[in-house]
Amino acid sequence: MIVTERAPGRPAPPTHTPVIVVDQAEARLGGRAIWSDVSLQIGPGQFVAVLGPNGVGKSTLLKAVLGLLPVSTGQIKVLGGSPGRHNDRIGYLPQRRAFDPTTRIRGIDIVRLGLDGDRWGTPLPAILGGRRARDARERVEEVIGLVGASGYARRPIGQCSGGEQQRLLIAQALIRHPELLVLDEPLDSLDVTNQASVSSLIRDISRTRNVAVLLVAHDVNPILPYLDQVIYLAHGGAVMGPPEQVITADTLSMLYGTPIDVLRDRAGRLVVVGQPDAHAEHRR
Amino acid sequence: MTTGLTWNLIEDAHQLFSYHFMVNALRAGTIVAVVSGAIGYFMVLRRQSFVGHTLAVIGFPGAAGATWLGVSTGIGYYGFCLAGALVVASLPGGGRADVGPGGHGEESAVVGTVQGFALACGFLFVSLYKGFLSGLNNLLFGTITGVADHQVTILLIAGVTCLLVLAVIARPLLFATVDPDVARAAGVPVRLVSAAFLILLGVAAAGTSQITGSLLVFALLVAPAAAASRLTARPGLGVTLSIAIAVAVTWVGEGIAFFSPYPIGFWVTTLAFAVFLAAAGCRAGADWLARRVSLDVRTAA
Repeated sequence: MIVTERAPGRPAPPTHTPVIVVDQAEARLGGRAIWSDVSLQIGPGQFVAVLGPNGVGKSTLLKAVLGLLPVSTGQIKVLGGSPGRHNDRIGYLPQRRAFDPTTRIRGIDIVRLGLDGDRWGTPLPAILGGRRARDARERVEEVIGLVGASGYARRPIGQCSGGEQQRLLIAQALIRHPELLVLDEPLDSLDVTNQASVSSLIRDISRTRNVAVLLVAHDVNPILPYLDQVIYLAHGGAVMGPPEQVITADTLSMLYGTPIDVLRDRAGRLVVVGQPDAHAEHRR
Repeated sequence: MTTGLTWNLIEDAHQLFSYHFMVNALRAGTIVAVVSGAIGYFMVLRRQSFVGHTLAVIGFPGAAGATWLGVSTGIGYYGFCLAGALVVASLPGGGRADVGPGGHGEESAVVGTVQGFALACGFLFVSLYKGFLSGLNNLLFGTITGVADHQVTILLIAGVTCLLVLAVIARPLLFATVDPDVARAAGVPVRLVSAAFLILLGVAAAGTSQITGSLLVFALLVAPAAAASRLTARPGLGVTLSIAIAVAVTWVGEGIAFFSPYPIGFWVTTLAFAVFLAAAGCRAGADWLARRVSLDVRTAA
């Protein structure tokens, strides 16, 4: 692990206990090690991207953090407990997930499920709901306003565009005031304009509310200016550090064990050249 | 039947209620419509219509076998539908709404094969019974004449239990339906909730079969829910509308069936189909209007 160093121009977060600690962990799927000897530490309010080629276990890392997939050796601590223990303090956005165009459920209902969807029972009609229902409605409106989705939250979610759906899902992830956002390729299905606006939205939330963000990205460029740290997964291992130290020819060549080039174009975008795809057996 | 339609609605209703079998048919129909309207809404949302239909068809050999053995058909319907629901729930992926049986792939082929076999078994039992063949028609296409008092009681107990369980699992079920991955991360026992829903679906299919027959359960399980979800995207309102449509269709269908020589299954199904067409028409019209308006706004801006 590379010694961490803060990106310039960002206030250091208060020195709490770290949000995520991964200690020499190994993940196995179907008896095969996906990655091993991975050690990481993420502090409160940090914006961290998980990068790496396809099939290298980026989503697996997120699932391990959420306790959906136990690590075979080593240890993971999340918000001071074992993974899965404090998931009510984590906002999660899985990979995907474009809703079918015929899905006849409003965006606002999807957001609301993030608040109390895990509770047994049936919500009462609004008139009978009382104070708790009113608080819940206010919280839903607040978080929808925060992501700027008020204009389309009452439309069926299947009829919203990819960017609109993504904002609504981020609102759902944010509704319980999480201390950690776990986002699996939230920018993947978006056009360039939406990639920029959604990533700056995530950055703003991370800053103003001191929410740590662990974000899997296919392309680092839309989020590069906001990142505190990157985790680069490749070749069954991981390197963590500030982007300018990790996304370099030397570090990546060392990680892969083959020569890798990192080029920078005129707009400052990074291009990683020569990275081999993950081995076929690592794919899921 | 010495009845005739007088077009005096009060007189007609009086005539209708003077027959005990008709009162029972309305009672049973109401219970069944409320249950299938509510369960059907979730079934449509989960895209598990194929499973619902299969469970209803599995009820047919149950009822036919019960007739052959001389026990109440209700026992046959409930027994077979519940057993079928448990089997489907235990299939790999059976708990998931999107990839489960009836979704796509190999499993829907398995379920379809079982469905065919169930129909064949039912036909065998009917043949073994050697009874009058109208029994077969009633089992497949429904009857309003055959509902005894004790059947209404069984339907009521099953229906109330079904709705109570649904009320307990409704919110996590909705979560697990629209967003299974996030629901699981939030601690919803997705597999358990999905299995519980399949059992509720089995109960609803068994009850509905006793009114509309095994082949026409969709009149109450799918059509009202599909119409409701075209009219509204609010889950609460959707369930309410779905129940209301199912009840209305059942009442009117049973009323017409009483005064006409054609079976109830036909009337209820036809009415449900008409409501669905109307709802789909409304939706298409509203969508077209919304597109027009947003186009106008864009050109104005």
